[in-house]
Amino acid sequence: MSMTATVGRAHADPHHIGRAAEHEGPAPKRIVTAYGFWIFLLSDIVMFSCFFAAYAVLSGQTAGGPKGSEIFDQKNVAIETVCLLLSSFTCGMASIAADVRNRLWFYLSMAVTCALGLIFLSIEFREFADLVARGYGPSRSAFLTAFFSLVGCHGLHVSAGVLWLLTMMAQVFAKGFRADILRRMMCFALFWHALDIIWVAVFSVVYLLGSGA
Amino acid sequence: MLGKLDWSAIPFDQPIPLIAGAVVLVAILAVLGWVVVKGHLPYLWHEWITSVDHKRIGVMYILLASVMLLRGGSDAIMMRVQQAIAYQSQGYLPPEHYNQIFSAHGTIMIFFVAMPFVIGLMNLVVPLQLGVRDVAFPTLNSVGFWLTATGALLVNLSLVIGEFARTGWLAFPPLSELSYSPGVGVDYYAWSLQISGVGTLVAGINLVTTVLKLRTKGMNYLRMPMFCWTTLASNLLIVAAFPILTATLAMLLLDRYLGFHFFTNEAGGNVMMFMNLIWAWGHPEVYILVLPAFGIYSEVVSTFSGKALFGYRSMVLATMAICVISFMVWLHHFFTMGAGPDVNAIFGIASMVIAVPTGVKIYNWLFTMYGGRIRFTTPMLWSVGFMVTFIIGGLTGVLVAVPPADFMLHNSMFLVAHFHNVIIGGVLFGAFAGFEYWFPKAFGFRLDERWGKIGFWFTFLGFYVTFMPLYIAGMLGMTRRMQHYDVAAWRPWMIIAAFGMALLSIGVLSQVMQVVVSIRNRESLRDRTGDPWDGRSLEWATSSPPPVFNFAFSPDVRGEDAYWDLKAHAKQQLLESPEPEYRDIEMPRNSPTGFVCAFFATIMGFSLIWHIWWLVIVGGIGAFATFVVFAWRDHDEYVIPAAEVARVDRINREERRNLVSMAGAV
Ligand code: HEM
Ligand SMILES: [Cu+2]
Repeated sequence: MSMTATVGRAHADPHHIGRAAEHEGPAPKRIVTAYGFWIFLLSDIVMFSCFFAAYAVLSGQTAGGPKGSEIFDQKNVAIETVCLLLSSFTCGMASIAADVRNRLWFYLSMAVTCALGLIFLSIEFREFADLVARGYGPSRSAFLTAFFSLVGCHGLHVSAGVLWLLTMMAQVFAKGFRADILRRMMCFALFWHALDIIWVAVFSVVYLLGSGA
Repeated sequence: MLGKLDWSAIPFDQPIPLIAGAVVLVAILAVLGWVVVKGHLPYLWHEWITSVDHKRIGVMYILLASVMLLRGGSDAIMMRVQQAIAYQSQGYLPPEHYNQIFSAHGTIMIFFVAMPFVIGLMNLVVPLQLGVRDVAFPTLNSVGFWLTATGALLVNLSLVIGEFARTGWLAFPPLSELSYSPGVGVDYYAWSLQISGVGTLVAGINLVTTVLKLRTKGMNYLRMPMFCWTTLASNLLIVAAFPILTATLAMLLLDRYLGFHFFTNEAGGNVMMFMNLIWAWGHPEVYILVLPAFGIYSEVVSTFSGKALFGYRSMVLATMAICVISFMVWLHHFFTMGAGPDVNAIFGIASMVIAVPTGVKIYNWLFTMYGGRIRFTTPMLWSVGFMVTFIIGGLTGVLVAVPPADFMLHNSMFLVAHFHNVIIGGVLFGAFAGFEYWFPKAFGFRLDERWGKIGFWFTFLGFYVTFMPLYIAGMLGMTRRMQHYDVAAWRPWMIIAAFGMALLSIGVLSQVMQVVVSIRNRESLRDRTGDPWDGRSLEWATSSPPPVFNFAFSPDVRGEDAYWDLKAHAKQQLLESPEPEYRDIEMPRNSPTGFVCAFFATIMGFSLIWHIWWLVIVGGIGAFATFVVFAWRDHDEYVIPAAEVARVDRINREERRNLVSMAGAV
């Protein structure tokens, strides 16, 4: 009886419920942080679903402008996809390196993740710039509006991820693998992998279905 | 340099907002001046503005809500006066001004009164009820509050700089598109909701994690107080629904700023998509508001009936059922927009299904009261008043959920009466009940009962006199949002409603009076035991106001109604449990992150509204820098030594021992 004092009698359970498993008390910080971040990710996915829904509604509304199959370049998209999937792998490597406190591998895998992310972004940027130059910007038609918004929203997330990634590297450099920094690193990894999953959806819904149509 | 901002943004030709703005500005400056002269600034900064204590943040939320209630209430008075005199005349308000008022009124009441009020109460109470020291993410909690305050500030700025939306509180396109609303009104609307929406999402994530992961030892799910359950349900809805609002507003903003075509009439945009998205958020939103109120009624009714809540498990089930079903009925908000009879029928039936779990709740409250020893304190009055009022609101809700009836009643005053019936009689009464009930916990003294009861009766009667006539006007064919009208039959009802508004205002002023009187008499109203109502859950187990660390030792819960059991036990033995071995407690440090972040968010929001692009960039960099600086801190916790914990706790135990022995002697 040190930290705790008992509240309620042992047999005070009027409905005889809540007996099965006794709750152990507050979860450790690591779990709480990860749990909270998961919930944030779920809410972010809800936000993406709205843009997916908008795309589904508007994808046929080309208003005389180009259709998806006329503007999508499968080769670019394939390279983008490979980059992003690989970056998830290297991000996983960085997490492991952080867990075993190996600075060299940490920096190395984070740097590669960053590079892959930047390649992805530059390809996407080129695709966008190219479309705008041809007069197929987002205000051309509702279809293009939805396309630019959905893909661009993902791109914005990747950019934010890159910014976060660089901050994480700087933090590890300045402060080492402290517990709070490891927690943050865990959240970053979750974020990056989630972006990967969303990209798979973008890739399938926008580019694969779109090129067929 | 200043984008669209120039002197024409200040409405020199309109005296009402200018005078109102000047009065508010003078009041704010006076308060600030007083604070500075009296030397309270350091205290405010260290104890409140930078505080990450969930109780303080909760109090600040409620304060924000109360101030905004007065603002939204003034709008309501202006509208009621206008409609009372605008029979065959223009009234005293120019039309475009009237349109701004009803838009601002709805926006403010939902986003900056009801939301912060319930979130504030949840913040204040839930960690205490769970027997824990804090919420899951204390600093984030402060960020959430200050972002909400940013939104409120932007709305109020629109009063004197520029204009507010004239589109109603949901900004339906194409009216809200650039071609029909070229001014900055809709931008004010969208950015303030966007920023405060982030704050709400943060609060939701925080509270969900708190309830699911931070309960004290032995607090199994089925031992949580009802308010924790409804908090969980409401915040799950926040996490699931607010991102929809964010996305929808983002699309509207893209349309307006960059010429996109989500909801435009041209280039294939789709207005019905806006309806679907906004109501997919909007319908759950009303349950986000009312579920916590249901939780408050459960606590209040069981405490003041001196009985455990009847049908606790069915109550939990009903709560979670409402949580799920509320996501499946959004389409009843546009029955009349051509979805076809099949779709309408399905959504009509789904809407009525919600009446079942709600009915379960009402019966449970009644059965809790049945055979109990009821004390009609002010919070109990609000709860009983709610039960009567909400039943009427619920019945008219079922009525408008019948598609053929809705074709008649849609967009009429009947609808206005219905949603005020549920939102005032449900949410606002609940907020007031919670305010009265937990005030002693937050501040250490009770509120004056006499003024509280006066406030209740005026508000209650005022509500009926104001809104029952609107049902009738609606059936007589009066539509909503009328600036003036020519139908003689409507006029008497508008005059009665304006009279009711006066009663309501007296009620609200009495509540202000109640707080003033109570502060003056705080010594005689002091709550020394921490348990002024003979409560049942753990928030009453600690002193009033609780120490920063809430509990000197973590409670170990062995059943429902944790604190009630403890008391019963202690009375039997005429002794409290033996003194625990006190330990050092680690608490999170205060942090200005939230305030600084909101500062930059305000700059960003304002410059986005006025297209001052360089300032947008400054604000964005500032916000990012704030987070990096926060992440760079080395010491985010401080230690309260065991001796201090012991000192604080012994005072509390002493008071309680007196209480128990007194009770034993009776
Ligand atoms: C204090 C008494 C109140 C009065 C007299 C009042 C009066 C009004 C009036 C006259 C309207 C405009 C109806 C129309 O479209 O013609 C309105 C709209 C509205 N009110 Fe209130 N109101 C009050 C309190 C509240 C409260 C407490 C809330 C919410 C917590 C609220 C939420 C709304 C909403 C959401 C709208 C819809 C705005 C729109 O149609 O765009 N009101 N109210
Ligand atoms: Cu609804």
